[in-house]
Amino acid sequence: MEMGKTILEVNELTTRYITRFGESVYAVDHVSLKVEEGKSLGIAGESGCGKSTLALSLMGYYFAPLHYMSGEIIIDGQNISGMDPDEVRKSILGREIAYIPQAAMNALNPTQKVLSFIEDVIQAHDPYRTKKEIYELAKGFFESLGLPAEVLHKYPVELSGGMKQRTVIATAVILFPKVLIADEPSSALDVTSQKMVIKMLRNLMEDGFIKSLIFITHELPLLYNVTDDIMVMYAGQIVEKGTAREVVFDPLHPYAKGLMGSIIVPEEGVRSVKLTAIPGVPPNLKKPPMGCRFADRCKYVMPECRVTSVGLRDIGGGRAYRCLLSEEELRRAYKHD
Amino acid sequence: MTKERQVCLSGTGVTKVFGLGRRKTVAVDHVDFSFYEGEVVSIVGESGSGKTTLAKMLLGLLNPTEGEIYFQGQKRDISTHRKKREYWKNIQAIFQDPFASYNIFNKIDTVLLDCIHMRGGRGLPRAKKVEMMAQACSFVNLKFEELTNKYPFELSGGQMQRLMIARIFLLMPKILIADEPTSMIDACSRATILDMLMQLRNDIGMTIIFITHDIGLAYYVSDTVYIMERGKIVEHGSADTVILHPREAYTRRLISDVPKIYEEWDLSTV
Repeated sequence: MEMGKTILEVNELTTRYITRFGESVYAVDHVSLKVEEGKSLGIAGESGCGKSTLALSLMGYYFAPLHYMSGEIIIDGQNISGMDPDEVRKSILGREIAYIPQAAMNALNPTQKVLSFIEDVIQAHDPYRTKKEIYELAKGFFESLGLPAEVLHKYPVELSGGMKQRTVIATAVILFPKVLIADEPSSALDVTSQKMVIKMLRNLMEDGFIKSLIFITHELPLLYNVTDDIMVMYAGQIVEKGTAREVVFDPLHPYAKGLMGSIIVPEEGVRSVKLTAIPGVPPNLKKPPMGCRFADRCKYVMPECRVTSVGLRDIGGGRAYRCLLSEEELRRAYKHD
Repeated sequence: MTKERQVCLSGTGVTKVFGLGRRKTVAVDHVDFSFYEGEVVSIVGESGSGKTTLAKMLLGLLNPTEGEIYFQGQKRDISTHRKKREYWKNIQAIFQDPFASYNIFNKIDTVLLDCIHMRGGRGLPRAKKVEMMAQACSFVNLKFEELTNKYPFELSGGQMQRLMIARIFLLMPKILIADEPTSMIDACSRATILDMLMQLRNDIGMTIIFITHDIGLAYYVSDTVYIMERGKIVEHGSADTVILHPREAYTRRLISDVPKIYEEWDLSTV
């Protein structure tokens, strides 16, 4: 496993939301992860389990109600946790780490042409660039990504959904960040545009415009095809991590197993498989349960689960899961179903 | 399913043209279809292929420019508002965006009560109505006691979509049009929603028409699949035939655009 240089390293990161009633919601709870150069990491989980909060927390740029608690974020050797937010915005965002938000299509300014948006982005980081230089740069960059240069002279309303999304991605990476965080970049698109977006992200990685990618989605087949590793999140914690193949075909944590039961693909044999839904909803993170956070929805729950807090169990080869049951016990239980 | 399959909704040469002259757009171009009772049909196509326009015409929200739609063998007549309301007792819809599907001024009780009233339950005693509402809510795994006096926007997306199904449960239409019912909610709630719809189909023999761009979903749920390209139906047939042995290049492309897990996903085709 030990090969490339580590680009992003996160140790025990904890962030919380403080509501207007003064309550704390621990949406990211002691999350550790590592992304190597040229690798991509996928984060899976249902809505409300902290995927998007993790993405925001990774940028090191916190604004109320999200607050930093503890832990460290190291990008290419530089620790950015605890840095001043303004400093982070000026020197980290865009250059070291870039983020594509969930509704990226609404990220473009409807009153501006795409080019002037890009001018704003570049001039915020490098005020001495001339407009001509920026145009040349943007044109070359867009063309190398397979986007027509006419896009630069258009207003966002003139572009289709898929085109807008690709424009936003191209703008996000125009300063060649080391890490790109894509938060559900394709969930509002139809399958054809989705494929184009995915292809573009892959090309960005292959051509070295970005060094590593963090991809967040709830669509597992997509994650399986895009990323090298998958991390499953539940209620702010990592419940399972491993390579994409391992997590999709051999999930260990009961929650990960449940997620795999919701996969739909147009392949033979899918119609005979019954979709399994996980009953219930994620716990309220204002008062997280004392023991395992998945206990209330778990099929294999034991009395100990509700009282013992469960740590992430490392089983070697980069694989880890958070459950009291051993690997063999879990496999036996799944075989039994 | 009965042996003698009854045609429930059919159409011949249904066309919708938007705009005039040079700016004319033919959204739906002379399509013929027949949907049978108790069948799950999917209409699949990419965005802009006219599938939502077709759905709106089926619902009677748009009038076809040309062509006829037949409901249970009779020519559909929705010329007056009264006739339209009568028609809507038989055909109902679930839309893509649950957040935009509710009247924001109505409480959940009102939403459900309206459904009971629409089925002619206006004169029922209050206790009976509450019982019916509670039953509908429990069908979709919601607790009615927790929902009373709440507004739809206080619920999550998945809950709202389930409330939509509770409405359908009370209305018991003959046909349900589900326009991308699961594209705004996450994959885990999707399984729940699909299960509930299938259960409705099995319980009351409803015809379900799925409008989707996700051919994987279409393959999973439907008996029959219609593929639309630029307003035309290019291929239709049983789900197994269309998805596993597609004839048209367009269908093959749609299938190749969906990420797979057992086969290699070819990214070079876009």
